[in-house]
Amino acid sequence: MSHAENLPAWAALLTSALVLIGAGLTLLGAIGTLRFRSFFERVHAPTLGTSWGTGSILLASIICFTVLESRPVVQEILIGVFISVTTPVTLMLLARAALYRDRTEGHGDVPPRSVLRRPPTS
Amino acid sequence: MSRVLPYPLLTAALLLMWLLLTSFSVGQFLLGTVVAMGASRAMAALQPAKPRIRRWQPIPKLLGMVMLDILRSNFAVASLVIRRNRPDRVSGFVIIPIELRDRTGLAILSCIVTSTPGTAWVEYAPDSGVLLLHVLDLVDEAEWVSLIKNHYEAPLMEIFE
Repeated sequence: MSHAENLPAWAALLTSALVLIGAGLTLLGAIGTLRFRSFFERVHAPTLGTSWGTGSILLASIICFTVLESRPVVQEILIGVFISVTTPVTLMLLARAALYRDRTEGHGDVPPRSVLRRPPTS
Repeated sequence: MSRVLPYPLLTAALLLMWLLLTSFSVGQFLLGTVVAMGASRAMAALQPAKPRIRRWQPIPKLLGMVMLDILRSNFAVASLVIRRNRPDRVSGFVIIPIELRDRTGLAILSCIVTSTPGTAWVEYAPDSGVLLLHVLDLVDEAEWVSLIKNHYEAPLMEIFE
């Protein structure tokens, strides 16, 4: 089933390095989600996994299967495109919900809605 | 042209996706063309606003810059996670007046900002064009404003306006 032994050494090294980097970044993102102090800080951490965490694993997959099948295999790009198009939707929804919660409950140091009314004079 | 192909860009993108998911052959090309044309005709019934790309030249430069910036901030945020929380690290909100008004351009800007670890798009007011960002490692507010404006907003305005 697996033809991994046909992979030349340089491609195997590159693939495993990229997979490790991607998995490591995703793991760090998960740890960051636990460690950061407030909601708005935590919202930054998972984007490690959705940007180069995913990107690096996809790149590894492209390299591995392009070398194995000796033809360009690039459908992984689609995964990257769809992830980067859909994550903002969830993140913005969460961020706006938290903003609304903090504003109505009046805690946290969220800026009031009025800062958006006029461009700052600077 | 416009009646047969109401959204040429969408049709081309769908066809490309079809070919990537199946295989590059004449048969799949023909089948994909039929599906893509049908889908874009169906899209026309929804009458979405048609994005206009006015200049193509800045796109590769913008794409390269975004990739590099995202890579750089990936490692910046990763090192913030590893080195525990520095007590002097400040996170905070940044207010940026945005001149870009094109909806597609704004959507792409939001994708860029959210995919970059360390910056999160929080709120945007379409009437005043003021954007509220949250920045994880806020050292200099003006630096973030000029980064967003010069790196992303200027090329997006060139492309769409």
